[in-house]
Order: sequence, then structure tokens, then C-alpha cells
Amino acid sequence: MLIYTLRRLASLTVSLIVASFVIFAVIEVIPGDPASFMLGVNARPDTLAALRAELGLDQSLPVRYFAWVSGMLTGDFGISYTYKTPVAGMVADRIWVSLPLAIYALILSTAIAFPAGIYAASRRGGVGDTAVMGATQLGVAIPNFWFAMILVLIFAINLRWFSAGGFAGWDKGLFAGLWSLTLPAIALALPQAAILARVMRSSLLDMLGEDFMRTARAKGLTRRQALWRHAVRNAMIPVLTILGLQFSFLLAGGIVIEQVFFLPGLGRLIFQSISARDLIVVESVVMLLVFLVIVVNFLVDLTYAWVDPRLRRRT
Amino acid sequence: MTLLSVRNLSLSIGDTDILHDVDVDVAPGQITAITGESGSGKSLTALSVMDLLPRGSQVQGQILFGGDDLLAMDEAQMCALRGNDIAMIFQEPLTALNPVKSVGDQVAETILIHTDESRRQAKARARDVMNRVGLDGISLDRFPHELSGGQRQRVCIAMAIALRPKLLIADEPTTALDVTTQATILDLLKGLVREFDMGLLMITHDLAVVADFADSIAVMQMGRVVEAGPTGDVLQNQTHPYTRALLAASTHQVDLPDAPSPDPLLVVDGVTRTYRRPRVGLAAPGVVRAVDDVSFTLARGERLGLVGESGCGKSTLTRAILGLDTVQAGDITLGGKSVFADGLAVRRRMQVVFQDPYGSFNPRHRVDRLITEPFHVLDRPPKGAARAQVIARALTDVGLDPEDAGKFIHEFSGGQRQRLAIARALIVEPDLIVFDEAVSALDVSVRAQVLDLIADLCRKRPLSYLFISHDLSVVRTVTDRVLVMRAGQIVEQGPTEDVFQNPTHPYTQELLAAAPVLPDYATAGGPT
Repeated sequence: MLIYTLRRLASLTVSLIVASFVIFAVIEVIPGDPASFMLGVNARPDTLAALRAELGLDQSLPVRYFAWVSGMLTGDFGISYTYKTPVAGMVADRIWVSLPLAIYALILSTAIAFPAGIYAASRRGGVGDTAVMGATQLGVAIPNFWFAMILVLIFAINLRWFSAGGFAGWDKGLFAGLWSLTLPAIALALPQAAILARVMRSSLLDMLGEDFMRTARAKGLTRRQALWRHAVRNAMIPVLTILGLQFSFLLAGGIVIEQVFFLPGLGRLIFQSISARDLIVVESVVMLLVFLVIVVNFLVDLTYAWVDPRLRRRT
Repeated sequence: MTLLSVRNLSLSIGDTDILHDVDVDVAPGQITAITGESGSGKSLTALSVMDLLPRGSQVQGQILFGGDDLLAMDEAQMCALRGNDIAMIFQEPLTALNPVKSVGDQVAETILIHTDESRRQAKARARDVMNRVGLDGISLDRFPHELSGGQRQRVCIAMAIALRPKLLIADEPTTALDVTTQATILDLLKGLVREFDMGLLMITHDLAVVADFADSIAVMQMGRVVEAGPTGDVLQNQTHPYTRALLAASTHQVDLPDAPSPDPLLVVDGVTRTYRRPRVGLAAPGVVRAVDDVSFTLARGERLGLVGESGCGKSTLTRAILGLDTVQAGDITLGGKSVFADGLAVRRRMQVVFQDPYGSFNPRHRVDRLITEPFHVLDRPPKGAARAQVIARALTDVGLDPEDAGKFIHEFSGGQRQRLAIARALIVEPDLIVFDEAVSALDVSVRAQVLDLIADLCRKRPLSYLFISHDLSVVRTVTDRVLVMRAGQIVEQGPTEDVFQNPTHPYTQELLAAAPVLPDYATAGGPT
């Protein structure tokens, strides 16, 4: 298990280094000069020169790369060109919205999908199964922003349980913060839950046909006991893969939902930075997201080994 | 006094009638075997007793267990019985265990669901049971994938006997195992039956296993018990024609032409194939010698057998001979040309027939396309009428109709598919055909027919065979000479009959001693 963990850690490090090369290179392959790209076509030569110096473009590539990487390692993400404030501070504000939102949505989606998938599998072909599968079909088909608008219409405008948008801030207390993230989290979670429930169901159904399920029944386990004790853990393996992918999506892909609910999240920050050609922010935020996604995949890999002993190497 | 008494059991699944008025009895401390070919209903009879039949099954009749009718019990009552009073083990020890739970947990689970014992007590008891089935050296924390096939089957047995059930049902418990492992597992089961005074209902297709194992036997055919009684009586009297046919087929001898004069065709010279073990920690990875300095010659027209247990290197050697895998040392030549260097020129002169008649054909192609696949290795494959003629000849030679060329593979039975696999091998008129466990998946009666076909073909065409199998009785009848392989090395070789009569290497002796054989009175061809 230790060897396995070290291997996954090594793979994580390599992935991060490669990702940093790619992100850095993107800035370089933009046709022409990043500074003139950021300033647009009508920029004055002296402004351009000033920005080039500020960006360090007068230095050689390796020097700039190492300056960028070592800066990030020490928490210095550079200064945003449009907002003239440190990127680190902007990202820190936003990530405390996006990360809790993603985790909140993931928990909701798991909490809905696991019971739904297990329920449907245990009643294969029955009314319950058909109902759950019908609902997931809808969940997969309907875009999440539409869900979001329906939720706002019902719970914010008609029932007035939630505010229609904006983020209360964590300084108002944990509950207030979570309360304002609830509608967005539901809107994000429902389509994901639909996919996850379908995967859970089909994965479980595969397991129900396995020989060891028959063995479990021959031992005297009831259908339900056999399902919970023997099938669910085996069925988790494909489900975990999907979970890992979904987290990545929820983290960076919540942009539409953040727009609908006026949430100051990372997705919006990236969107605005791209519109404003603020490459420093884009570069740093993308690197941060890559880092988070790779860390999540590392955790998923560790969970795989926990679920499936065949992946642990005997030492 | 009987323990289990199945009376007039009839079963239908959907609209299909599976079992008709089946009667089977098992007494305490006795072994009853149900035997028959695939599809005869023997496994479903066993599953009826467990009430673990597939969905949509309808059962009629009586299954009396200690006087109570199991068919009248509800699911909760059956759950209390299963694993406690009636236990079952299955054919595939590889898949019968949950891969993500430790073997100790799986054995202890049986104890935990039926008793009030604590986890710790159950684990201690699991340890005792594991010791009883011969797993003393195996930690409870091991996982199924870390054990051998025989050890896994022992774990399954431990799970089944943990609570000393009155009845044990074993569905082909040794079919997936090597002969030497099979012998030890059968010994274990027999010992447990005597020790616990347990009834054993054993399902097997192998009459040789039944002969010196079971006290009584029921022969099933197409959902009916056609003959039943004490094992000795049934095997000796063979009252029903099907019993006679089954026994004749399982000891079927083919009629081989005389062995040819030695004119080397395939020469395997000092072949070694090693694999690196996965690296563990920082130490240099170890090396497995799958094939270790193997040399032999197969003469033109000869039928050569290669026997050995799983993991002995048979498959690696076969892949090397077919030129599908490289070797680290040595060379393999066919008619003087290297199978590695000369590629296609050699490959068109040998063909292979594999074990699985279901997996080795693309279900979307018609027979004519399937059996002409080897044409890829020819420079100028026949076209038009010539192609049709070659196809017709190959199909006729294997006992099928030229009209079959237009059919799809699902329209054929297992035996017919294996005939098609042979036709596919014949189509390029090779010098050598490699049979890789080619009859192992077939029922005895079908196997006898296919073996006859194989013997027949080498009389009609100038063919040489390399016949690889774990089944000693098959190799004995269909080969002139035999090689015995163990741990990558050929430990003994010689004319087949000599090796079987007077094995000189201890391993060959062990192998032959472990292989179950039918008693002479059963093979004399029925009552006289």
C-alpha cells in the first residue's frame, strides 16, 4: 500500500510539472507578444514597454518559467493587470466560494445517486426501477442552468426561502454561507446525480450476476444483505471514476451556474479574465484548478486501492 | 433413513420445461453423485434444493430435507437454512469468492449470520475451519487473488462447512482444477463427509471421478433421471442405453494410423522464455522461467502430445511455436524454416484450434468468411469457384455440409463449432495443426466424435498434430508420443503407451496416480 501511494504521488508530481509546462507554453504560443495582446491594438509604445517589464517579458524563457513556478510555490501569483491587485488575494476570495460549492454539490449528488442507484438495481424491471430510470433520463437531458432558473422561480421568487442570487459570505456564519450556496449546489448536483445513479445501477446489476453473489446467497444471506455486503463495494470501482471526473467538472464547470446565481466564484473569475485578456489571472487560476483536479484524482486513486485490494501491491 | 429426498421434481423456466419428475436421495454420511452432460439439468436440480433458481422458475414436486418440504418454506426460513444446514460450493473458485474481502472475513461471515458469536469468536472459528481444510499456513487477511485455484476452492469449502451443515452440495467442485489438486480436494471432501456424518450431493460430468468417490449415482439426461442406484451397480449393469453410451464415450479409443518414420518437421531447440516479475520495492525484479531450455522434435505425420498442469509453461511454449511470442534463447523451425525469422512462409504451414468453440468466432460473419480467415497468409488465395470448392471440401472433411457455408455461428452446437474450427485450420492445407485444449470444453459424447474426426483426418491428409491438453485420457488415445511438462521443463518424453504404462519420472507417476480412472468392470462395454 505504501509503494502504491508513493507511485501515485510520483505520478501526481509529474502530472503537475507537465501541466505547468503546457500552461506556460500557451502564453508563449499566443501569436505576437502577450503584452500587446493584453493591451489591444491601440496601445501606446511606452505603456507596452512598461507592461513588458512588469510581466518580465524582457527576460529569457527559463528564467520566466522558474520565476512563475517559484512565485506560485510561495503564494505569489503575480498582479492582475485589469484589477491591479495581487492574483493570490482574488483567487483566495473566489476559491472559498467555488470549492465549498463543488464539495456541497458532490455530496448532494452522491447522497441522491447512491440510494437511487441501489434502489433501482435491487428492483430491476419493477415500477421503482422504471421510475428512477425515467427521472435520471430527465436529469441527464435537462441543462443545469434551466434547473437553476426553475429553482429560483419556485424557491426564491414564489416561496422566498432563498435569495435569488449572490453570496452571503462566510463572515455571516457557516449556516448563512451554506444557505446561499444551497440552490446553486442543487442545480449543479441534479444532472450529476442522474448520471451517477445510472452508473451505480448498471455497475450493481453487473455485480448481481457474479458468481460470488450466488456464493453469498448460498451462505444464507438475504438478497438485501448480499447486495449491501458484497455487491456495493465491488460496484464502487466504476462509480469512483465518474465521481473523480464530476468533481473536476463541478469545480471549474460551475461557470454557468455562477452566472445565474451571481456567485463570485472561480468560473466567473476566469470568464471575466479571459474577456479582459488578463492572462496573468488566467494562467494562475488554470494552474490552480489543474492542481486541485490532480489532487482529487490522486485521492480517487487511493480510494480505488482501499476498495479493491488487487490494486495494492504486496510489499 | 434419508437426509434429502427429492421427489417428482419438475422445473420450468418461462415456457421451457427443464426438469421432469426428478428423484434423488442423499443419506447422512453418504455421497450421491448426479452426472450427465451439459444441459441435462444436474446443476438446476442442485439449485432447486437451495431455492436459488433463476427468476421466472416454477417448481413442482417435493424436496424433503429431514422430513420438511423445502418447497413449502418461505424465503426467511430458507435463509436460515442455507449455510447453516445446507451449504453449497461451486465450480469456479476464482469467481466464487468476493475479490474485495479477505478470505477470513468471508469464512467468518457464514458464522456471523447464523450465530450470536462476536467477530473475534467467529474469526477464531474461521481459523479452525481453515486449518481443517488444509489452509493452516494461510493468513485470514489474505485476499482471494493471492491464493492458488486449489487454495481458493479450500476457502469455499471452509465457508460451506464452517457450521457443520447436514447437507453439502458440490457443483463440479474440481472441474476447474488440475488433476493433482482435484485428487486432494476430493480426499478432503470425502474426509469431511465421514467426519461430520454429512450428506454430500455432488454434481459432476466426470464419470471417472464418480466411480471411486460416490456411494450412489443418478444419471441425468435432458431433465430426467434415466438411471440411479449404488455406484457399483449402475456402472456395472448399465441398464439404460444412455448410461452405456456415456461410459463408452468417456473411455473412447480412437483408431490412429501407424506412427510414421522419423522425418523431423517441427524442431524446438533449446527454447527459453523468461518473464520479469513486477518490481517490489527497490530490489531488482525477479525472473520467471516460463519455458526453460526445452528441446524436442515432432516428426512429419506424427501425433505428439504435450501434457502438464496449469502454469507449467504449456501455453507459453505454444505461443512461441506459433510464432506469436519471442523467446530469449533457442530457435523453433518448421520444415527447416525459423518460425520467428520467416514469418508468413512458416505460418501458412501451421494452424491452431483453440479450446473455446464460442469465443473464437466472430458472430457477425458467415461460415465461409470465418473458415477462410487463414487465407490472409497466402500470397494468392483462391477466388470464385476455386474458393467455393476449397470451402466445400473443408466442410465435408469435418463432417459438415457444404451448404453450411452461408450460415452464422450461432446456428451451430458446441461440437459443430469445434468442427468449424478444425475446418478453418484445414483450409490452407497446413503441415501441422496445434490443438490447444481443443476438446476440453466438450461433453464426452461430442468429444468422442471430435476425437474420431481428428484421427480420421490424419489418414486422409498429410497432417502432423501437436496435441496440448491437461486431460491424460484424451492424450493417451490420440497421440503416438507424449511430452510431460513441469515448471517450464520437459521432464519425460517417449511413446505414449510406454509413458502411461511405465512412467519413470516421479512427477509423471504422481500425475497418473492422481488422474481418476473408471474401474475395469465399467469399461468392459457394459453387461455381458
